[in-house]
Amino acid sequence: MRRDARDGLLISPIRDGTVIDHINGGEALNVLKIIGITGATTESISVATNVKSSKMGRKDIVKIENRELRKEEVDRIALIAPHATISIIRNFDVYEKKGVDIPALLIGVVRCPNPGCISNTNEPVPSKFEVMQKGLHCLYCEWMITKDITNHIL
Amino acid sequence: MNHIISIRDLERPEIDCLLDKAALIQANQYNESALKGRILALLFFEPSTRTRMSFDAAMARLGGTSIGVDNVEASSMAKGETLADTIRVVSGYADAIVLRHPKEGAARLASEFSSVPVINAGDGAGQHPSQTLLDLYTIRQSMPLERIKVGLLGDLRYGRTAHSLAHALSQYGATLHTISPKGLELPSAIAEELAESGTEIIEHDDVSRVITGLDVLYVTRIQRERFPDSASYFKVASSYRITPELLNGVKEHFIVLHPLPRLDEIDPRVDLLPHARYFEQSRNGIPVRMAMLQKVMS
Repeated sequence: MRRDARDGLLISPIRDGTVIDHINGGEALNVLKIIGITGATTESISVATNVKSSKMGRKDIVKIENRELRKEEVDRIALIAPHATISIIRNFDVYEKKGVDIPALLIGVVRCPNPGCISNTNEPVPSKFEVMQKGLHCLYCEWMITKDITNHIL
Repeated sequence: MNHIISIRDLERPEIDCLLDKAALIQANQYNESALKGRILALLFFEPSTRTRMSFDAAMARLGGTSIGVDNVEASSMAKGETLADTIRVVSGYADAIVLRHPKEGAARLASEFSSVPVINAGDGAGQHPSQTLLDLYTIRQSMPLERIKVGLLGDLRYGRTAHSLAHALSQYGATLHTISPKGLELPSAIAEELAESGTEIIEHDDVSRVITGLDVLYVTRIQRERFPDSASYFKVASSYRITPELLNGVKEHFIVLHPLPRLDEIDPRVDLLPHARYFEQSRNGIPVRMAMLQKVMS
């Protein structure tokens, strides 16, 4: 629904695609990065950042037209936006709505911060991290990432 | 497949089984032809004398043959071949691979590409499970492994042998006493993980205050390159030196271990004391590695 411009005009509804709502304020661009949307991709993207939210204070919203995110794509989002909700839109209606689950294993999502890790060489392997309670555990060198996870997203 | 990559992959019953097997081998209760006709590939992309030789000797004692690369300059990797490709090729030549590599996680990667078992013989600052097993084996020759008090002394920040041993001992309910120079303390992530697994860790700044309460003192090398100049290195190194005088009043069964090579950490006069077990520890590499080879190739 389009709101009145005087309340702060938000982005238009989309006909088909995905809406990611309840992203922590300021994290929308990182969300796009984590699902692999860059300046080189062709999708129409709308981003609203630091929007007022009764639940979260401030939140970000991302709308991606003509692309339905798959389950494994949306679960990556949980790393930086654990409260995000994903709505799949078909013909302006919400076809499916779901939360995000933190995946048990992240393959090729984050770069190991250990410069001595074999995954940071020319070997033909993606990085592999096990998601643990206190952070991300590199399955190659056993390094733990406990903070600033977004800085390590590939 | 039966890889041995990290001591953390081994549950206590598996460790006990390997140590039991090593004890039988040391008592000459083993089949000298157990690995007859088998080939072990030794891929050493970093210099190593004793680890390479002891795997070579272990294989020979079980009737098998070793082939290997220990000259990186002459290898395909020097031409830019990936480790993954090297492993794919070499696993077609041998029945198991022993790998030492400068990058952490190299052995784990090798296990993903190998069609035969991989044994990690040290990957950078990472894991070196055969060293940990022979450390445990040497302790077990003198005392049961359960609930012992172990001092870890020296460079506990970069010392991979101390990290692996600490993880293994945590499975046996050990109390760990850490003694290290400022800046070379046990990394907090490792200390936290050990504490979460129920291991008590007590930090000390003076080994003389704790040594009489210990069952084992595990000494590691303090590397010169960690210090800005020789003077500061010698100052620190001398305050962490183990001397016969320091061992006055220790428990009768107390032992001193060191993964070797040593520099100035242990006074050579200590070698003559019954507590010095580091050369025996090094010799134990043979039965322990024989047990490992039999495990992965059986």
